[in-house]
Amino acid sequence: MTRRLGLVLPILLIIGWEVAAIIVNNPFFLPKLETVIPVLISPFSDILGTGSLVQNALVSIERVVLGFALAAAVAIPLGIGMGRFAVLNDFFDTTIELLRPVPPLAWVPLALAWFKIGIVSIVFIIFIGAVFPILLNTVDGVRGVKNTWIEVSTTLGAKERQILTKVVLPGAAPTIWTGLRVGFGISWMCVVAAEILPGPTSGLGYLIMYAYNLGQINVIIAGIIVIGLIGLVIDQGFRAVEKRWFGWRGLER
Amino acid sequence: MTLSINDVSRTFISDNAETIDALSHISLSVNNEEFICVLGPSGCGKTTLLRIVAGLESASSGSVSVDGIPITHPSPKMAMIFQEYSLYPWRTVEENVALGLELRGMKKQDRVDAAEKYLELVGLTGFGQRRPHELSGGMRQRVAVARALAIEPSILLMDEPFGALDAQTRNRMQHELLRIWEKTKKTILFVTHSVDEAVFLADRIVVLTHSPGRIKEIVTIPSARPRERTGEEFGQIRRHLLDMIREEIDPVQ
Repeated sequence: MTRRLGLVLPILLIIGWEVAAIIVNNPFFLPKLETVIPVLISPFSDILGTGSLVQNALVSIERVVLGFALAAAVAIPLGIGMGRFAVLNDFFDTTIELLRPVPPLAWVPLALAWFKIGIVSIVFIIFIGAVFPILLNTVDGVRGVKNTWIEVSTTLGAKERQILTKVVLPGAAPTIWTGLRVGFGISWMCVVAAEILPGPTSGLGYLIMYAYNLGQINVIIAGIIVIGLIGLVIDQGFRAVEKRWFGWRGLER
Repeated sequence: MTLSINDVSRTFISDNAETIDALSHISLSVNNEEFICVLGPSGCGKTTLLRIVAGLESASSGSVSVDGIPITHPSPKMAMIFQEYSLYPWRTVEENVALGLELRGMKKQDRVDAAEKYLELVGLTGFGQRRPHELSGGMRQRVAVARALAIEPSILLMDEPFGALDAQTRNRMQHELLRIWEKTKKTILFVTHSVDEAVFLADRIVVLTHSPGRIKEIVTIPSARPRERTGEEFGQIRRHLLDMIREEIDPVQ
């Protein structure tokens, strides 16, 4: 029932859009539905000489995966260290709190200065976007591991490494996963934003900006819909794993 | 097996740098297969004492030894059962019970067999594949007991293990514990603030004074088991202990 109710507004928006488009009658301002749908239903055909929707989407996904994987590879071990050892936390915390409020896009000029135009700059921006939510959630998750869980394992003979692999990691996993989910969402925003900036010649962000330059508003809207759908599908994937593997969260007794 | 606590004292430094004596000159020699209850008002340091015996905390002075070997770390000769929240919610009941064996590197099939055996001993045959949150409070403590027994310790340390249970379940668990104790011939050091529980279970009751915890008296319970809670002898011992505890809670008397 709630699902069906949730579909009412999107349908109304689409109807409103179509009505408005007919009234406005200007494809360079608000294109009609029937000019957007053909772009969406032929995702493999070339658009304006920039490659197909699918090709551009794959390029964006590849960039996100690279930056995101790098962020996870740095943030998870660091977060575990910081959550477990006060010394590490005290050492890193101030620096992280100083860097964290800087919007990822503020790093763009510096990224261009350091890494020039190209994939490295884009991956760097994505990395910056994803690393903090993953890091903070990992620290939180590790701190949230109940002390009794750790003590039980030591009384059963666990060594430091076993405490980490058998208790701390599985105990913190749900919260770390939340960090990954949030981090991936931000990565996805960052890749599109980074692709809109001068430099890249492919990707969904580039595609919609290029369409703007050619006045193809229908392609922009199609691109936005695809960007939204991919973000949604990936987020649902994260949630499905959360439900399947980390359903125990909140049921500790 | 001999467990001896030799002149153990423990002091804490409070937040405003005052020294607090938690335990003061505790000496106790526990016989093989003996059931000892440590009884005292809250804040008497009884849990601290148990944690020192377990090797989870260290004494400020004095020592604990098992078979003449000083305890500085958790020892495989002892297993501890905590009050609550000690099961790993991401593990099945069977995996919880088998954890100690897993940490020792025992093969999967052997672990499963051992877990099954101990689950049967605590009356939970067929519950191996359940998750902890699916069990009642009493059943979860049975799992904790099975997990402790699985590493085949000679001493069980129990920190108010039935404190979070309702009165009825608590009574049943006390019966069960005696049955398991008689069957497995463990030495048990059991911390409680319940006079009734101590008189029902123990061979000897160690009564601690309130802050700092000193041994006020060691009461031997001569009655045969199973003990009748409404019996005359039970009542006399109970009254004697209650008087002692009352003096500790209300020093004006």
